[in-house]
Amino acid sequence: MDMQVAKKKLGLKEKYQVMTRDLNWTPTYQKMEDIYPYVHYEGIKIHDWDRWEDPFRLTMDAYWKYQAEKEKKLYAIIDAYAQNNGHLNVTDARYINTVKLFLTGVSPLEYMAHRGFAHVGRAFPGPGPRVACLMQSLDEMRHFQTQVHAISNYNKYYNGFHDFRQWHDRVWYLSVPKSFFDDAITAGPFEFMVAIGFSFEYVLTNLLFVPFVSGAAYNGDMGTMAYGFSAQSDEARHMTLGLEVIKFILEQDPDNLPIVQRWIDKWTWRGYRVLTLVAMMMDYMLPKRTMSWKEAWEIYFEENGGALFRDLSRYGIRMPKCAETIRFEKDHLSHQAWCTFYNYTAATAFHTWIPTEDEMQWLSAKYPDSFDKYYRPRWEFWREQAAKGNRFYNTTLPMLCQTCQIPMLFTEPGDPTKICYRETDYKGMKYHFCSDHCKEIFEHEPEKYVQAWLPVHQIYQGNCFPEGTDPSAEGFDPLKAVLQWYNVVHGRDNLDFDGSEDQRNFAAWRAQATRNV
Amino acid sequence: MAVAAIREYSFTPLDLEEKFHGNRLLYVGWEDHLMFCAPFAFPLPSSMTFRDLVEKVLPPVYGYHPDFARIDWAAVQWFKSGQPWQPQWDESLEKNGLRHKDVIRFRTPGLTGLQGSCS
Repeated sequence: MDMQVAKKKLGLKEKYQVMTRDLNWTPTYQKMEDIYPYVHYEGIKIHDWDRWEDPFRLTMDAYWKYQAEKEKKLYAIIDAYAQNNGHLNVTDARYINTVKLFLTGVSPLEYMAHRGFAHVGRAFPGPGPRVACLMQSLDEMRHFQTQVHAISNYNKYYNGFHDFRQWHDRVWYLSVPKSFFDDAITAGPFEFMVAIGFSFEYVLTNLLFVPFVSGAAYNGDMGTMAYGFSAQSDEARHMTLGLEVIKFILEQDPDNLPIVQRWIDKWTWRGYRVLTLVAMMMDYMLPKRTMSWKEAWEIYFEENGGALFRDLSRYGIRMPKCAETIRFEKDHLSHQAWCTFYNYTAATAFHTWIPTEDEMQWLSAKYPDSFDKYYRPRWEFWREQAAKGNRFYNTTLPMLCQTCQIPMLFTEPGDPTKICYRETDYKGMKYHFCSDHCKEIFEHEPEKYVQAWLPVHQIYQGNCFPEGTDPSAEGFDPLKAVLQWYNVVHGRDNLDFDGSEDQRNFAAWRAQATRNV
Repeated sequence: MAVAAIREYSFTPLDLEEKFHGNRLLYVGWEDHLMFCAPFAFPLPSSMTFRDLVEKVLPPVYGYHPDFARIDWAAVQWFKSGQPWQPQWDESLEKNGLRHKDVIRFRTPGLTGLQGSCS
């Protein structure tokens, strides 16, 4: 027989205390520095971990309850979307390529964020940030899983979804997001928090998620919208954590300011370079556009970010140095990026295409100072050639930036006709960069970046062919061998959208769904 | 130590010349022709003559552009690491002083891309 015991109910504040701060203890038979070995070497000084103010009073029991509710709703929508062949309701089969880009370029970063927050949560001696990092670590795992589940529906019908995990490690353009996160996760715990918690989650997240999710909404992709909104509800918590971290570190010791400022400069730039993919997605890949990349940058970074940095100026923090360079690039970034993918689409796991005439008019209107002058002539020439059966496929490998690993496609700040070349010597070897900012990041920690796995150099070293390949054999086709090693099927997953299997299948299935064929 | 680390942190660079099977990397960019979105990376034997680079390696790479056939090579301006530079056409890349990972560019006066757009 169960004994009936009157339960004493804890108040909210009390409960919070018991389930977070009270879980901490001071070790007696082990030294603090042995348990927390990573907390001093970055030079950040923390005097009192108890001064950490939890930005959200959430305990683990409540966390599970909220998240379970969200999952139920999310999976109900995803199931309905799949069962009703929702994929046939998207505006145009070209749209599906943005989902490919998201799955291969962004979702694996969610998983890395899960690992990163688990790691730094363990590294911090303070119980407040530890609990917050634990929750964010679980959130990130959830985002990764829900994205993979939702997008797996597309994998049943379309190409370019079948091996996203391996592609993240191997494919040339995916080395850009991969190396970005590898850089963060191999930094110390404080740098990771400033890199991902603050610079990425707080300053730049609206430029990553909002464009993809609103792009999905504008283009009829209910599945992507559903996981986007579900993740967005966690993002508010992540942003609060990112901001609290900055304030906490800066309030602890004045010596922390220059270190934190350098990290903000570095990681705003690193994050912005990754957003190159978002820029071209917004301006070229969405059949129904939401806003231009330039407009998004002006609202989310120049206005909102400007207000944030004005607010942080009371701690001595200033606007990231790169803001000035980015101001020059915003008229050019998306055009230069999509031209690059158009060049190299023989080696991509998604399709590219020439913008239609009305899309070019939209680009002229959104970019009156740059599109007609610098980029339209390219598209018109390529269109003319494609019509003659001479579609441009660039198959010679490009020079890459040692830091961001993007092909050297960016132009000089203030002169869009000249590629921006920067170089430095380190221990008798030359290193090349796309910008002053990437060069400065290298020069601060060259030992880290001399190890960069640059896809082009790896291919030339012979490390990107299937086992047993003999590159000296007669008639050896390096592109074919690299695609095999990627597990990208030539003529199916790559090349122009026009004439692709995706295009044919979508047209046929949509016809079956809407007409009597 | 050029990196914040908990102990000694030093690694062999991933792109040493000896890893390229007897070749060395040379980067080449064509000024004012950004239809080719970025400069190219080539793994080349250091014994290759500069003439072979221009006459054998570059044509299939740049030939798609209508300006390429119009180049007057005697008038071309060369740059190495951004500085004006004069190649010896019948000397090897090595004799021309081109080391692993050097970058050269060429400017073709009078040719400024599709409709003068530097494309």
